[in-house]
Amino acid sequence: MNRRLSISVLFAAALAFAGCDKTSSDQIAVGEFASLTGKEATFGQSSHEGTVLAVEEINAGGGVLGKKIRLLTEDNQSKAGESANAVNKLIAKDAVVAVLGEVASSRSLEAAPICQGAGVPQISPSSTNPKVTQTGDYIFRVCFIDPFQGTVMANFAKKTLKAQKIAIFTDVKSDYSKGLAKFFKEGFLKAGGEVVAELDYNGGDKDFKGQLTAIKSKAPEGVFVPGYYTDAALICIQAREVGLTVPLFGGDGWESEKLTEIGKEAVEGTYFSTHYSPEAGGPKAKAFVEAYKKRYSGKLPDAMAALGYDSAMILFDAMTRAGGTEGAKVRDALAGTKEYDAVTGKITINQDRDADKSAVILQVKDGKFSYVETIAP
Amino acid sequence: MTDWFLQQLINGLALGAIYALIALGYTMVYGVLRFINFAHSDVMMLGAFAAFYLTPPVAGMLGEQSVWTALVVILLSAAICAVIGMTIEFLAYRPLRKRPRLTVLITAIGVSLFIEFTGQHEKVFGAATKSFPKLLPSRDIVIGALHLSSNDIVVLVLTAVLLAAMWFIVQRTKIGMAMRAVSYNEQAAALMGVNVNGIISFTFGLGSALAAVAGIFYAMRAPGIDPLMGIQPGLRAFIAAVLGGIGNLPGAALGGIVLGLLETFFGGMPGLSNYRDGIAFAILILILLFRPAGLLGKLQTEKV
Repeated sequence: MNRRLSISVLFAAALAFAGCDKTSSDQIAVGEFASLTGKEATFGQSSHEGTVLAVEEINAGGGVLGKKIRLLTEDNQSKAGESANAVNKLIAKDAVVAVLGEVASSRSLEAAPICQGAGVPQISPSSTNPKVTQTGDYIFRVCFIDPFQGTVMANFAKKTLKAQKIAIFTDVKSDYSKGLAKFFKEGFLKAGGEVVAELDYNGGDKDFKGQLTAIKSKAPEGVFVPGYYTDAALICIQAREVGLTVPLFGGDGWESEKLTEIGKEAVEGTYFSTHYSPEAGGPKAKAFVEAYKKRYSGKLPDAMAALGYDSAMILFDAMTRAGGTEGAKVRDALAGTKEYDAVTGKITINQDRDADKSAVILQVKDGKFSYVETIAP
Repeated sequence: MTDWFLQQLINGLALGAIYALIALGYTMVYGVLRFINFAHSDVMMLGAFAAFYLTPPVAGMLGEQSVWTALVVILLSAAICAVIGMTIEFLAYRPLRKRPRLTVLITAIGVSLFIEFTGQHEKVFGAATKSFPKLLPSRDIVIGALHLSSNDIVVLVLTAVLLAAMWFIVQRTKIGMAMRAVSYNEQAAALMGVNVNGIISFTFGLGSALAAVAGIFYAMRAPGIDPLMGIQPGLRAFIAAVLGGIGNLPGAALGGIVLGLLETFFGGMPGLSNYRDGIAFAILILILLFRPAGLLGKLQTEKV
């Protein structure tokens, strides 16, 4: 009995300390949830590194509204269900004023109703599925959305690849993949092309040869694979093994060093659309690339890093314009973001709380991602 | 159409052969101890990781992508996993041998989760997918419109050889006779002078070595490995073992092949590829409804 009492006393004391922590008045607590480990870890890591860089830069310049930003990061291990836990904790226990995250649309969608319900603004750096911001008026993003990305890739396939017959290979487990496949198909049919085969896989599968053989038998001139990099790399390898040699291409889910690390020569010559390229960009982008390289020992920032940086910077900009950190004020300021000069291009938040901006197309060449073209909205 | 069919047949056989190898391990342990070793699929994962870490140093000595490197890496990984399998049995299952089977079964699930989540810790393997090195020089063999990977042939041949070896060990050797004796009646076998603990250890070692080989083959086919990679093929192989008649070695091989073929053929049908597992498993349920002991299993009446 005695021992149990002392434990509960300790527990209460710990809670009291935690309470003190969050009310400290010279700091603004901002939450972040990311896939720091697990299947999409490289996305989460890049995005996190960009966000950290933004926080460090803003704090070095005196912070926001005279207060330093304190970033609280939670890892969801790329797993379904963990994001809801992470965001609940950030809002209820750490009392964050805003939430940054996530890369994957499925996981942003998990957190969005919680942020909306609590009246805490959420900014997703790079979830491209339209549903994410449809959750409510507290949910924003700083990237383009899949209808745009799907159309871009459809026009690319039709005009640049000059393909008439395309096959689509979708990850049915992912909202991102399903959405992108749908918008690609609409765009490609509209451009006068023909979709000859539509097959599905489950994210995390290791064997795709059954589906790829079926795709091959329809003789497409290109295969659109709107999935994530691990699956995409394995699909490229097995496509070559069953003798499917036409170009494979995907969306921003492909952009990771793991794509070339796992796929090796099988991913050579593939294309994907993404948000930004270090090779193409204005002075702001160049300054960011330099700062990032300095901070992370020579590493080149990818799109996820740039978007992670932008999501944080847009939040700080909105807080400054709002003159406070109350949820409703920050929300209104975010909604009023116009022509903000970000690393990934000029960002205007439209009435759907999505960002209007351009996309770039990259190609894998000699194990590197090289810039092909920029496509404006 | 025939090309399509033959190509899918090849794809399905190669996948099924890997399931068969894993299923052999499940079925052997079940045959002797009458319980499902759920940690088996994680030993398979450990086999792939052992090969991942062993390949660079071995390749440094014996040359990259040579047959000798592959052989040494596979043998060493199998040996490491055999030791791990025996250790798991010694630490987790042996103390519970006189307890109800359910206790051991739950322990096996615990061991499985323990390995998976320890493996995901960043100080161990880390949760991110790793690129599995090329072990063998792979060559694409093209016959007409058919595409064969030389690795697929290696997998098929080696699975057949290992299956034959297992059958030989169990049916034709003294230790195999002891295994069958322990399976039939543990106490009576002990009274006849059979070292029951030794035999059970041996069974676990053998099963785990097979799992390691299967893990390496699986990683060669899809060269991205992570600590949770064993779950999916493990589940499939377990079902393959049940389908073929658990405890029956040729049955496990047959079950694996059947499952690999079902999955590949349904995966390759536009409109159905989304439901490939659903359809494959529905067919399994049907088979088990009509043959509850599995394709090659014999019904045994429990002695009361």
